[in-house]
Amino acid sequence: MFGPNLFTNYGEAVSVILFVIGFSNLLMQKNLIKKIIGLNIMDTAVYLFLAEKGYIRDRVAPIVVDGVQEVEAYINPVPSGLVLTGIVVSVSVTAIMLSLTIRLYRRYHTLDLDEISMLLKKEGR
Amino acid sequence: MSFVQNVPFFSIILSMFSGIVSSMLPAKAARWVNTCLIVAVGLMSGILLVYLTNTGEPFVYWMGHFPAPWGNEIRAGVLEAGMALFFCLIMFLSMIGGRRQLADEVAENRQNLYYILVDLLLSSLLALVYTNDLFTAYVFVEINTIAACGLIMIRQIGRTFEAALRYMIMSLLGSGLFLISLCMLYDLTGHLLMSNIKESVALLVAQQEYTVPLMTTIGLLCAGLAIKSALFPFHSWLPDAYGYSTVSSAAMLSSLVSKGYIFLLIKIFYRVIGFEIIAQSKIINVLFIFGLLGMIFGSMSAIQENDIRRMIAFSSVAQIGYIYMGFGLGTEAGMTASIFHIFSHAATKSLLFVAAVGLTDVSKGRREFIELTGSAYRNKMAGIAFTVGCLSMVGVPMFSGFVSKLLFAEASIGHAHKMLPAVLVLALSTILNAIYFMKTVIRIYVPDYRSDCKTITVKNQKVYALTLLCFMVLNVALGMLSKPIENWIHSGLAMFG
Amino acid sequence: MKKNSAFSRWFYGEKDTLLGKVEMKPQNGHAPRAGEIRELMEERRLIREHIYDVEDNQKLRLFHRLYQAAAVVFCLMLMLIMLVVVSWLPENGDPDNPVNNEVSARYIENGLQETGAVNIVTGMILDYRAFDTFGESNVLFISTVTVLILLHNKKKEKKTSAEGGMRADKSIYEENLILQKIAGILVPIIVIFGIYVILNGHLSPGGGFSGGAIIGAGLILYQNAFGFEKTERFFTEKTYKWVCFVSLTFYCLAKSYSFFTGANHLESGIPLGKAGAILSSGLILPLNICVGLVVACTMYTFFAMFRKGDF
Repeated sequence: MFGPNLFTNYGEAVSVILFVIGFSNLLMQKNLIKKIIGLNIMDTAVYLFLAEKGYIRDRVAPIVVDGVQEVEAYINPVPSGLVLTGIVVSVSVTAIMLSLTIRLYRRYHTLDLDEISMLLKKEGR
Repeated sequence: MSFVQNVPFFSIILSMFSGIVSSMLPAKAARWVNTCLIVAVGLMSGILLVYLTNTGEPFVYWMGHFPAPWGNEIRAGVLEAGMALFFCLIMFLSMIGGRRQLADEVAENRQNLYYILVDLLLSSLLALVYTNDLFTAYVFVEINTIAACGLIMIRQIGRTFEAALRYMIMSLLGSGLFLISLCMLYDLTGHLLMSNIKESVALLVAQQEYTVPLMTTIGLLCAGLAIKSALFPFHSWLPDAYGYSTVSSAAMLSSLVSKGYIFLLIKIFYRVIGFEIIAQSKIINVLFIFGLLGMIFGSMSAIQENDIRRMIAFSSVAQIGYIYMGFGLGTEAGMTASIFHIFSHAATKSLLFVAAVGLTDVSKGRREFIELTGSAYRNKMAGIAFTVGCLSMVGVPMFSGFVSKLLFAEASIGHAHKMLPAVLVLALSTILNAIYFMKTVIRIYVPDYRSDCKTITVKNQKVYALTLLCFMVLNVALGMLSKPIENWIHSGLAMFG
Repeated sequence: MKKNSAFSRWFYGEKDTLLGKVEMKPQNGHAPRAGEIRELMEERRLIREHIYDVEDNQKLRLFHRLYQAAAVVFCLMLMLIMLVVVSWLPENGDPDNPVNNEVSARYIENGLQETGAVNIVTGMILDYRAFDTFGESNVLFISTVTVLILLHNKKKEKKTSAEGGMRADKSIYEENLILQKIAGILVPIIVIFGIYVILNGHLSPGGGFSGGAIIGAGLILYQNAFGFEKTERFFTEKTYKWVCFVSLTFYCLAKSYSFFTGANHLESGIPLGKAGAILSSGLILPLNICVGLVVACTMYTFFAMFRKGDF
């Protein structure tokens, strides 16, 4: 079942394990703040994955030094750009989740999503 | 290069720019900008559609000075242009139809923000429709998600906050899966551009290299988009979000936002993976099963519902099940039926939401069925429109819903393994649809002359009545002109190739 | 038809799914009135017991057990699937991987000549793939819009409620002598470093996003040390609106020009300058400045909204 590269790809393995940890936290935690932490773990795991994908042995970051422009000198610049975009998206989404949490907390004085649903039912419409 | 080919780029940039400008404008001006924008983009898309139908050739458009695998690129064919036109039409009608509720339900100082959200939602939908690059698609999927979240919670009551939060959680799970599978696909193929990925995937499949990761990655990609478009087990956020947000938002969420993701999924099937490969894989079987489950359970929940808006929302779950069932058939005919159902569902569902608001308005704003008794007599136009929507949903001939059901049935007949379950569930779901929609129609037409409720005539609300009329005409037009539309979808799918 | 059968109740719309399950009386809002806090606490305890009443509710207990088991199984399955995928992916760090193809080769080999940026990543995100990056700035913009919808107080409320808070603020800030002295030294350095990172985005690691975040952090530190009274002198809602509007408009127009000329195969006529100089690489430097401004303002706005609900 497992392929040949599980141990050479240990970085990616760690990142997908972290991804699943974040994913399950976002899905199953009852506490909203813990959910948001799960979201951040998930996103960070994706950046780790991308960074691992961009890496090439014995090469340096893609900033031209001393006019050297051979492909053999630098790592792949594409994943770095993708990580940058991912970070910005993640920041925005986290801010929105946090502000929703703040509003719900101010109204219902709890961070538990089930409790909030119950209170909403009690409130009626 | 013809000047018309600038249209996709102009429409995306124009809608983004209107969003930015609207941040400085008062609500009234922002509303004007928004209306003009939707009309302008709709007109431009119409011109593009005519141009593309005449030339019969799709084209790519460089975003910058560099050709495709290096720079960004957008691409337009008949289906894309038509989709953009249709999205604009629905958005325009939904915005007009819900304008009065918007003024009541959204605080004065937040109204211009609402129009920013709508502008950016339009830009993200257009970008999802036209993009030829998977990573661009990811960025705009996120804009779409955030805009939709804003549209839900702009009406600030506890229910909408909870609904927005649940929506965000589900969407973020979907985006996470989408992003990581996107990265894995990039790792396997070395490209982010759709056409290049397709070439590499075809090569990998032919050489039988990386079969396990490739198929799993594609599966995760589909799962991510399915979660985002509220396929059956992931629909828990949907009833509250559609049921309690302001009516324009509900209409746009049900008919545009989820359809944007579904259209992206279609593009991924055709332009990223290749339809033959996806049709042979097991992924579509999974989609098929969840589609069938959604068709039944969505309708069951709708039957138990006592709130008219939430009932319509649950019906959306069933309709999205239909669309995924069409994907699951894995044939060209199934895809055509699904795409037709995207149109017919979008037209009908927004009609139902807008009409339902007319009915609740004359029942003191209450949404329980018992309060709605006889409301169709108090607001005749909304009653007629709601009935038309219900008939279309149930699948009565002449209306759009009938054609899509017919297409689904035609597509499933003759399919080796999936014919029996598909046809059976289609019949069952139609019966369930009929039960809850006809019950509602009977309820609103049960005579009950209440003196304590106000009456709305066509004269009082001319714009609202006109909107409903346009919706009905659109619905009947989709039902009557099904053959040309079907042909057009076929040519659009051929242009994807 | 029997009047009270389940069917007729359903048909007449009288069926109430919540009947008998929850308390139906609508509650007043949750404004914490002084004497009722204890009651509210008690009520919440009751609700909590009701939701998690595992002992008396056989069905709920079963559901909880099943849910937990399913959750664990689901996570392990997902992890297993992902690990299998990873084990089949191309070897990490191998130069012959599919990702190291002609796309990255052109970025490295011709990036400097085509974009004028020494930092290849900056050249890539602001020139080759600028459309993505423009979308990304819009993500920031729209997320600020949603945060404003959620947390921005109305102006009238602010004056009455915030005045008390402001006075309390003042006393807090007067005590924090150490924080103020250190912040007085650090904030200029942080802001200057942020500006350096933005201006050198095309020459060295960094760029608009990172530099903007640094400046935003500097502003937040300044606010924490000296209070909103000081920051309000230069950063209000108006500042935020204008800065965001001007930068995004410039970004939009500049990129539209470049997209339009590029797609129609026209020369853009923007000089790239001498590689390695600050004033080089065409549009990248102004775009970096715009992005930096937007990011800095956005970060500070998030903070101010979370903290006070106003600028």
